[in-house]
This record gives sequence, structure tokens and C-alpha cells, in this order.
Amino acid sequence: MDQLLQHLINALILGGTYALLGIGLTMIFGIMNVVNFTHGELYTFGAYMLFFVVMVLGLNFFVSLAVAVVLGIILGAAIEFTLLRPIRGANIDTTMLVMIGAWIVMQNSEQWIWSGIAKSVSTPFPSDPLVFGPISVSYYRVFVFAAAILLIVGAHMLIHRTKLGKAMRATFQDSDTAALMGININRIYTATFALGSGLAAAAGALLAPVFVVTPTMGNIAALKAFAIVILGGLGNFKGATIGGFILALVEEFGAGYISSGYRDAMGFLLIIAVLLFRPTGLFKQAERIG
Amino acid sequence: MRRWIRSLLVTSAAAGIGLASAASAADSIKVGVTQPLTGAVAASGNYVTNGAKIAAAEINANGGVMGKKLELVIEDNKSNPKEAVVTAEKLIVRDEVPVLMGAWSSTYTLAVMPKLMEYGVPMVVETSSSGKITTSGNPWVFRISPTSEMEAKSFAGNIEDFGIEKADMLVVNNDWGRGAADEFSGMLEANGVEVGVIETMDASAQDLSAQLSKIKESGGDTLFVTSGVEQLTLVLKQANSLRVPHRIITTGGSQSPSQLIEQAGEAASGSYHVLFFAPWFPEMAPNADVAQRFVDQWNENGYNAAGLTEGFRGYDGIKTIAAAIEKAGKAEPEAIRDALWNVKVNGVNGDISFIKQGPEGRESGQNIPNVYIVKIENGEIVKPEF
Repeated sequence: MDQLLQHLINALILGGTYALLGIGLTMIFGIMNVVNFTHGELYTFGAYMLFFVVMVLGLNFFVSLAVAVVLGIILGAAIEFTLLRPIRGANIDTTMLVMIGAWIVMQNSEQWIWSGIAKSVSTPFPSDPLVFGPISVSYYRVFVFAAAILLIVGAHMLIHRTKLGKAMRATFQDSDTAALMGININRIYTATFALGSGLAAAAGALLAPVFVVTPTMGNIAALKAFAIVILGGLGNFKGATIGGFILALVEEFGAGYISSGYRDAMGFLLIIAVLLFRPTGLFKQAERIG
Repeated sequence: MRRWIRSLLVTSAAAGIGLASAASAADSIKVGVTQPLTGAVAASGNYVTNGAKIAAAEINANGGVMGKKLELVIEDNKSNPKEAVVTAEKLIVRDEVPVLMGAWSSTYTLAVMPKLMEYGVPMVVETSSSGKITTSGNPWVFRISPTSEMEAKSFAGNIEDFGIEKADMLVVNNDWGRGAADEFSGMLEANGVEVGVIETMDASAQDLSAQLSKIKESGGDTLFVTSGVEQLTLVLKQANSLRVPHRIITTGGSQSPSQLIEQAGEAASGSYHVLFFAPWFPEMAPNADVAQRFVDQWNENGYNAAGLTEGFRGYDGIKTIAAAIEKAGKAEPEAIRDALWNVKVNGVNGDISFIKQGPEGRESGQNIPNVYIVKIENGEIVKPEF
């Protein structure tokens, strides 16, 4: 029973960041129809930026988190502006190849700049964990969870309560009609890509102190993000949120009670099952919001 | 006319390049090195390569091998067994190296081994510890690092010092980790220690809380962990935040306690590490002068001190290869292999020489290295008190 509770807490906390990763990717796919292979690299970028600002420049940890996210948004906008805008309207294979190229370039640049040796980031949180009877969890992980939930709610509000969000949803439904209604489609695309990238950078920055920062840390994160997006249905915001938590639960309990060696396989077994029985994802098409 | 001049220029330039490369080939002996310089275990691969460079520089400063310069041809196997095979083939076929050193992980080494048979080129294995490498009947393999079995056996003498009654294990899910789990659990059971859970983790896994939560509940007093330094950092940090009560002992020799202190901080305190070189105490090594000189050269080159525990492997590997070439009297694969059986090298780890292992007639070479245990205490590396 103690073990069950501990696994549950672990899964909840992990799920928050999984959801964050999934949402960013699903937004970009849903609205822009771009399979964003640089997603994992933006995650890595966020982590390195946090490392740079906290450990090299020595700024306050919370300020640094915000700086890392803002830099992620800027990098995302730059990628959209320089790589995607010139090939707007090209078929999905072309954009995929461009994004794969960008992914390789970004990963190798990280390797070149930071070297392969892992970096670690310290936080102002106490290193002793919070202990409730048999369960313990570090203060920082609780903070990560809270921050992730805050960001998810924030992104949700942005899409549903703001004019920009309305324009995004309109573009998702029918970009031609949206353009005819006076929406600047190019600006919406850049904003979407920048926002999705910012969420990935936020996930990377939040997790940097939990893990260690390496140039290849984004690969596994990207893989998980793709899994979550497939689980929740392509372009489905709520689906990605719930999908993130489902993947974390399946992995955690699969590793805890079946076999830890197959931890990462559990998630993919689930995806195969979803693709076989509900190929559009676990959630209804109509719920999609972009 | 103009075209004619241009083609003449191109031809003569090409001839010049050809001559230059032929000349450099004549007065140097190439040694192929395949290491993970990028990817999941990049830090370790770079450290080993630094050690190899120190050895080559030292050999060349002392007149080289058979009067020729030793030239390292270094390839990056990208922490990937498929790439390890590609790099080995490239070194053998394109660079025509007569001998290799590599490939760090047991998984990469095992992947490369069939190519050694195919082309008939010997390889000195500097890090890998899976038993299979020297028992599968590949007569081109010479290993200077200990097998997991040797490591486990040497640890048997310390069970009582630690007072271990029930042990759990957490290992990386590859040939190295699973081999270590088999050997250590066998050794512990043979010595009357109960073995609780044996958990595995993917080499690239970052969140290990599921495995650690299970280990926490098992009721053991000691946790043996085998993995690279990046993953060990995560294990120590997460075990601390989950309040895993075990005494943690890491094995495999790729831990770098200095790096663990730097990156895991307080979470590393109280952990023990089974190592093959203890650079903080060079006087513990059988060849204390060699160990001290290596540490000095490492620091002079400005390499990261955290890499010493890994870097010595590259040094010892290249020293062994140079000794074999010198003994063979020619830089040819078969002659070097025959010479490797008779080398005696004063290495950083200790005296290096090879005994036969594996099926008769197709034996591989295996060195019997020294093993050390150190403890991390309040940010310092100390000799454990037993």
C-alpha cells in the first residue's frame, strides 16, 4: 500500500511535465500541421539556458526560470520565421525533412557549445525531502508539479479566453476562411510555434535541476511527447494533458509492478493499443481545440 | 592552353598530397581508437580518449615505437553499438590500422567483435566488463579492465566489513549492467547474503523513482548500483529525495566520485564506490610512480579532474598496445596479437599482462586488475574505515 501511494505521487508529478511537453507539440501540429522534430531540442535549450543563467551568470533561480522560458519563446519564433515561413504551404514531407535537419543541427550545436559532460543545476529548495509517513517527495518536485499545472492552465486560458486564442482556434478550423476574416495567418503561426516552443523550454528548465543537463536529454523527451500526442489525438489540447498523466501512470506502475526494464516499452504498448482500437486518439475529435 | 595548365596544376597537387600522406604513413604507426565522444556516455568516452592522448604524447616524447611516431586515429561511436561497428570497420579498412582500442561499453565492444574476426585485427578492450567478451571464443580480444566476475569476487572480502545482510540491485539494462547483477547476486548469495529485488533501468532513463520506490520497500540494507556517472548522479539524487534507507555501493569503475560530489552534492554523501584507480591516493597503486606521473600529466593538460578514474583506462590501453608493437617488431595485426600474449606493462592500475580465457584454441586475453573501494563523506573522498 505504501509503495502504491509512492508510485501514485511519482506518477502525478511526472505527469505534469509530460503534459506540458505534449501540449506544446500538439498545438503546433494541430494548428500548423507541422511535425515538430525540434521539440526535444527546445526542451534541452530551456534546460541549458537555466543552467547558464543560474550557474554561470548567477541570477536568482525563479528569475532564471522565466528568462529560460522567454528565450525558448524567442528561439521558437526565430525557427518559425527562418525555416517554416519560407516553405509555408509545402507538403508535410518537406517540412518534416527541414525540421529533422534543424533537430540535428541544434543537437550538435549544443554538443559543441556545452560539451558532452553533464551539467547540474542547484535550486534554492532544501535537499531534504517532504515526508508524509512512508511517502517522501522532494520540495522541488512539488514546485515543478505546481508550476506545470499553472502553465497548463495558463495555456488553456490563452487559447479560450483571449483574442489571440480565438484567432488560433479559427485558424485551426479553417485557415483560408480565417484569413478572409482578416486574421493575419502568418502571425498566428509564429505565435503558435513560439508558444509551443516556450512550453517545451519550460518543461526542460523545470526538469533541469531534477535530472542532469546533457545535449541528448531531448531525445527521450521528444519521444515521450510524440507518444502523448498520439495518445491524446493529434491537435487535441485536453487529450495531450490527460495523455501526459496516463503515460506517466502506465510507466510508473508498469515499472513498479511488472518490469522496470520495460518501463519505456509500457508507454509504447499503450500507444499500439490506442492506434489499433482508437486510431484518432483516446478522445473525441469534436473536443479538439487546436 | 589555360585548361591544360590547370589540369597540370591539379595533377601535381594531387601527386603532392599523395606523396605527403605516403611519407607520414611511413614514419608513423597508426592505432585506431573508437570511443563514445558524443551521446549518452560521452563524458566517459572523452576521458578515456584524453588518457590515450597522454599515453601517445609520452611515448612519442620518449622516441616513439620502433623509432616511429605513434599516431592515434580517434573515431566517435556516438554511444551507439551500430556506430561502434561502423567506426571499427572504417578504422580497419580505410585507415588500415593494425590494432584497435575500444569501445567503452560492453554492448559496443560485443557489437565490434565479429569485425575483429572478419578482418583479423586485434583490439585492446579498456573499459567493458561483461564476461561474454572474453569467453565467447574471439582470439583477437585482449581486455585490460576487470570482468564483473572479478569485481564481484574481489568484493566478497568486504561483505563482512560492511555487515551486509540483505542487498538490492539497480543496474543499467544492457550487457554490462545485467552481467554485473548476475555476478554480484551470485557472489552475495554464495556468501550467505539475501538478495532482494534486482531492478533495471534503460541506459537513457532519467526518472528512476519507480525503481527506487520498489527498492525502498524491499527492506535491504545495501543497494548495489551499476551504471555510468550521469545515471548514478540521478540515482543518488532521487534516492535521497525518496529517502531510500540503503547504503549505496556503486560498481563498474565508471563512477567518477569527484563528478558525483559536484553534481549530486549532499545526496552523494555516505556512498561507496568500487573503482579501478583511486587518483586521490596514488600511493595505493602497485606502481605508485606511474600513477602519480599520470595524475600530474592529466592536471598539466588541464583535463577535468573528475575524469581521472576513467582516463587511466585509455592511458593503460595505449601503453599496452605500444608495448605489443615494440615486442612484435612490426606493425602488423597478427604479429601484434601474438606479441600481446607476452607483454608486461607497468600500468596505472597495476601490472598488465594477459591470461587465457574462453574455449580452447580460440582464447581471448584477460588482465587481472586491481580493485579499490572509496567512500564519499561530506563532499570529500576518503578511504573507508573497516
